[in-house]
Amino acid sequence: MQMKRLSFDRIFIALLPLISVVAALLVGAVILLLLDVNPLEAYEAMFVGAFGSKNGLADTLVKATPLLLVGLGIVIAFRASVINIGAEGQLIMGALIVTFLGVQLGETMPGWIVIIICLLAGTMMGGVWGAIPGFLKARLGVNEILSTIMMNQIAIQIGFFLLRGPMIDPAEIEAGTNIPHSARLPKPTDLPRFTDMAKWFGFTESAKDLELTGFSKEIYGLLVEPTRLHSGFLIAIAVAILVYIFLWRTTIGYRIRAVGLNPHASRYAGINVPNYVVMSLTLSGAFAGLAGAVEILGLHHRMFEPLAVSAGYGFSGIVTALFGKLHPLGAIPASILFGGLLVGGDKMQRAMQVPQVLVLTILGLVVLFVVSSEGWSQRRARRRVSTTDADSEGEAA
Amino acid sequence: MNEGLSVLAIIIGIAHSGIRLATPYLYASIGETFAQRSGVLNLGVEGIMLMGAFSGFYVVFITGSPWLGLLAAALVGMVMGLAMAFVSVTLHAQQGISGIGLYMFGLGTSSLLFKTLIGSVEGVNGFSEINFCLASVGINSDFCLNQIPVIGQIFFRHSLLVYSAFILVPVAWWVLNKTTWGLRVRAVGQNPQAADTLGVSVARVRYVTVSLGGLLAGIAGASLSISLLNIFQEGMTNGLGFIAVALVYFGSWTPVGVLIGALLFSLINALQLWVQVLNLNIPSDVAVMLPYLLTIIALAFPFRRALQPAALTKPFERGEN
Repeated sequence: MQMKRLSFDRIFIALLPLISVVAALLVGAVILLLLDVNPLEAYEAMFVGAFGSKNGLADTLVKATPLLLVGLGIVIAFRASVINIGAEGQLIMGALIVTFLGVQLGETMPGWIVIIICLLAGTMMGGVWGAIPGFLKARLGVNEILSTIMMNQIAIQIGFFLLRGPMIDPAEIEAGTNIPHSARLPKPTDLPRFTDMAKWFGFTESAKDLELTGFSKEIYGLLVEPTRLHSGFLIAIAVAILVYIFLWRTTIGYRIRAVGLNPHASRYAGINVPNYVVMSLTLSGAFAGLAGAVEILGLHHRMFEPLAVSAGYGFSGIVTALFGKLHPLGAIPASILFGGLLVGGDKMQRAMQVPQVLVLTILGLVVLFVVSSEGWSQRRARRRVSTTDADSEGEAA
Repeated sequence: MNEGLSVLAIIIGIAHSGIRLATPYLYASIGETFAQRSGVLNLGVEGIMLMGAFSGFYVVFITGSPWLGLLAAALVGMVMGLAMAFVSVTLHAQQGISGIGLYMFGLGTSSLLFKTLIGSVEGVNGFSEINFCLASVGINSDFCLNQIPVIGQIFFRHSLLVYSAFILVPVAWWVLNKTTWGLRVRAVGQNPQAADTLGVSVARVRYVTVSLGGLLAGIAGASLSISLLNIFQEGMTNGLGFIAVALVYFGSWTPVGVLIGALLFSLINALQLWVQVLNLNIPSDVAVMLPYLLTIIALAFPFRRALQPAALTKPFERGEN
């Protein structure tokens, strides 16, 4: 009897993130109704826009890429009970150094070497931007939530400073328009797109040639025909698997989780807790920095307005991590879902004149619902444990 | 001679805008002080401010009455505060992350409403400057306090919301330190178990402080949209709400400390605005960066940790410690 109840509870708790998303979409539907928009039509436009065609799917996976990378960093930080709100800034710093190196080195050596240097440099720069609040927390007790938020603002201003001055596109100065963006990175530094990779493997026929129809046509088109989808997505998936191995199959990963679960017990067990706090924030920042590198090399190919490059991924990455239950592999479907939501919001705006910011409202609600239901279910579990303790004590008497 | 005058004018200008710009910080930080003293970190202040700014602006836009706008902003802020209290006190959600959720919700929803209900940048007639003229108190004279050189120009050219923000500081100090309720707030934030044993409802106290914090954050937003700037733009608070939370740490969880922090920050902001106005040879980006750098440095002073309410961010459960 008790077993059955337990397993039902487990299923319910496992489904909480999904229930939270549905609840958030329902609140979004109420808002749409108040705006005099048919929510079913709006959500249909969203879903079809994000998942219904090869270009929609490609855009969804392109957005899922930074979401997944940032989300993996958040997973590591949250696992260590450290809250990193600074992924925006870490991403921007990564993107800035990659742009600088890409433009400087691009013509001097083969593209693939520049790509590797850039990916490493972006990762390291993001790591540095995460390590600073990590040190401040570990050594001086500075609340990392506040310091990472401040570090975001500083990164944005550094970005503007560099893009208005040292890193501005020379063409902008010549034209006298002075729009703060960098020069384009040389072509060879572009991350290969899926269509390029398909050619390496000899797939050159289009879906039309093969007389494919329906959804298989779209999937084939996604993998072979020219879309925006680039290999950054594969990097992100690989990193997700590495993070899973790191957290669950290595001593350091085990210690990071131990520090998060119980810092006092970890200290007794001889773990240097402050060091692991620094390490988790550094790694967290590193993945956000990598996301910035991938965005520049795979998608934008130049740096422009910092907040438009970070595009709120520092926050939507938190939603991704939470929805994936702070599990690196869970973050993969989560990133595709929320990537789809972001793309779908854009499509909905075009089709129904509903502002895309509705997506932000929904994401905020998802966060609120997920953390609330987690808090509530943990509290319930604790209560149940304490009542069973009381019961057994009663029996013993 | 001319140069001397302009230096004085600049000093007056900086002091005047410093006082003006302290207003939103004061409302939001004083409200957050109450919440944090009772043990709840409400990181959603930025989102509440945006919703307050929009609702205040919208009501003034429709009705033309600043008072109704202020009321709307306060109500919306309070409701969002209540939501935060429900999530963090009743459901035991992790406070830092739920605050981020509230921020995203506020940013998204205020932008959504603005785009659908108004759509373009419009101005409104919000609270105007108070003149402090002798004529208005029945004395037959043309003299107004803002005619006093320097002092009058700095202190007597503000709107009601600015003055009430500064009045809020001693009021908050008195409530926190000299009333029974203030004692309860501090007890609940320092040692909720003991407070609970003495019959204080931890949950009720936290509900009230977080709602009050929300109400004041709503007013903080409105102080921007219907008093200082008289416009609404998407994301117009631009991180101000997060700084307001940091100011509570900066001010060591006391209203007077918050006042000092708020003035310091607004003066730096004013200075930075004037640097841009005067076209000095300092990159404006570096100037904009200053307050954030300063916040991080200020947070690093080690003695602050000892002053933090012991139960901050910890949900309360009877029978646990």
